[in-house]
Amino acid sequence: MVDLGVKLAGVALKNPVTVASGTFGFGREYGEFFDLSQLGGISVKGLTLQPRNGNPSPRIAETPFGMLNSVGLQNPGVDAFIARELPWLKGQGTVIIANISGNTPEEYGEMCEKLSAAGVDMIEVNISCPNVKAGGLAYGTKPELAAEVTREAKDHSTVPVMVKLSPNVTDITEIAKAVEGAGADAISLINTIRGMVIDVNSRRPVLKMNTGGLSGPAVLPIAVRMVWEVHSAVKVPILGMGGIASGRDAAQMLLAGATAVAVGAATFADPMAPVRVLEELSALCEGQGLSSVTELTGAIQPW
Amino acid sequence: MAKQTIGVIAEMRRLNPNAWSMILDVGDFVRGTFQAPGQFVHVRCGKSRLLRRPISVCSCDPSPAGDQLRLVFEVRGEGTAWLARRRLGDHIDVLGMLGNGFSMTEEGRYLLVGGGIGVPPMLGCLQYAPKRCDAVLGFRDAFHALLIDEFHARCTNLSITTEDGSMGEEGFVTGPVERLLKENRYAAVLCCGPKPMLKAVAALAERYDTPCQVSLEERMACGVGACLGCALPMADGSVKHVCKDGPVFLAGEVDWNG
Repeated sequence: MVDLGVKLAGVALKNPVTVASGTFGFGREYGEFFDLSQLGGISVKGLTLQPRNGNPSPRIAETPFGMLNSVGLQNPGVDAFIARELPWLKGQGTVIIANISGNTPEEYGEMCEKLSAAGVDMIEVNISCPNVKAGGLAYGTKPELAAEVTREAKDHSTVPVMVKLSPNVTDITEIAKAVEGAGADAISLINTIRGMVIDVNSRRPVLKMNTGGLSGPAVLPIAVRMVWEVHSAVKVPILGMGGIASGRDAAQMLLAGATAVAVGAATFADPMAPVRVLEELSALCEGQGLSSVTELTGAIQPW
Repeated sequence: MAKQTIGVIAEMRRLNPNAWSMILDVGDFVRGTFQAPGQFVHVRCGKSRLLRRPISVCSCDPSPAGDQLRLVFEVRGEGTAWLARRRLGDHIDVLGMLGNGFSMTEEGRYLLVGGGIGVPPMLGCLQYAPKRCDAVLGFRDAFHALLIDEFHARCTNLSITTEDGSMGEEGFVTGPVERLLKENRYAAVLCCGPKPMLKAVAALAERYDTPCQVSLEERMACGVGACLGCALPMADGSVKHVCKDGPVFLAGEVDWNG
């Protein structure tokens, strides 16, 4: 029997397979397909201080082995989440990670206070959403701003703070070191990569926002490379995500340095994907004779 | 409750240059998940394509002997082209039945209005309320018409329109729809087709004081309400999602200028 348990910033996950923010709602929809207690954790749909309607449609475009989205952080707001969704989520037998986005560092702080008090297990600070005009992405692309938001979040949290990095930067290790220096307990990556699809007949972008964030199997090698770079640059644990659709994909992410992984867009193709990824990962560990899945983390043998 | 299942193609037929009819044997899938005509299934179109394609259920047979699912779809891109290349006996991964269909009662007459590839779900409505429906079907031209014979067989009052007059009456569905609304009282107008058509039919229904339900589409990813991709602006300023809140909405709820 392989021990699948991992520790991410002091939080014990029963296994290293979580689901990525924005791909799993607040859990209710996919909870009809499988028992959510099988997951290592759930990172909920990105929350903001005030409710947001999000961007106009079309918000979705298919790409080779992937997709673009420009949902734009549609959510009911942090208070409604705490009142209507969190009590149910906390009863699902898995770790609940609240993903937050703010327009100012103070907004991040205010959300962290509310969510810590409400009893989430961990906070994932999104400094990397490519689909909102203010805040989000700018914080994720400038080390000093990323550090400022991280400090603010840490100062107002009583639970571990994980910072989610944007891949839309020249050197992701600069940002990783900045947020680690500011006290981040963990780092998650990657968010989506900015992309564009054009309808050649109408000559218009498919997305109403023109551009959106690329996810799906197409981004896996970029995510693996970035996890490897960040793992080499910082000491905090990493939640790796981007294109994971199988146990082998998850194992690559762990070998590159991740402590746990998140399954995202793959769930849209196959609602059972997170469970299947876990089963395949477990079988892979067994096949390699490992006693614990943690033996994979950072065990890459680079040339 | 929605389920994921593997259907086996029992029949595959080309209806016109763009449209195909596919009948799937699906075990107890229909019995287990059917709620109302107008629901859709989310169909996997090959392993290389991440996103499933939402396809309205044309008709389905929930009887234990049958349990077949009929999908009529138009080839619009690579995914549906892949689907059109499938053959008898091939396996198709479907997720469903999803969304809320048309709300129909045990009594009352319905006016069914379908445009182009919006016609197939109206056949499901007709199957649900046989002898209690009048129908107006609109197509670009005679080449793109579909399911005409099947409507004729089940519906005594059927009007066809084509934009070029190559079949039925020349023009849009709005001509016959207005005549029928003037002469008859319907429990509701049920409508599926391109958004401009839905908007025009909704306006007519309102003028003749008849409830109207419309089936809308939007590009979607998950199909179950998790990703929030298929957003639809509502008249009250809120945002709903085609996959979970729809695809059928009351015409009055929808922000037609959004």
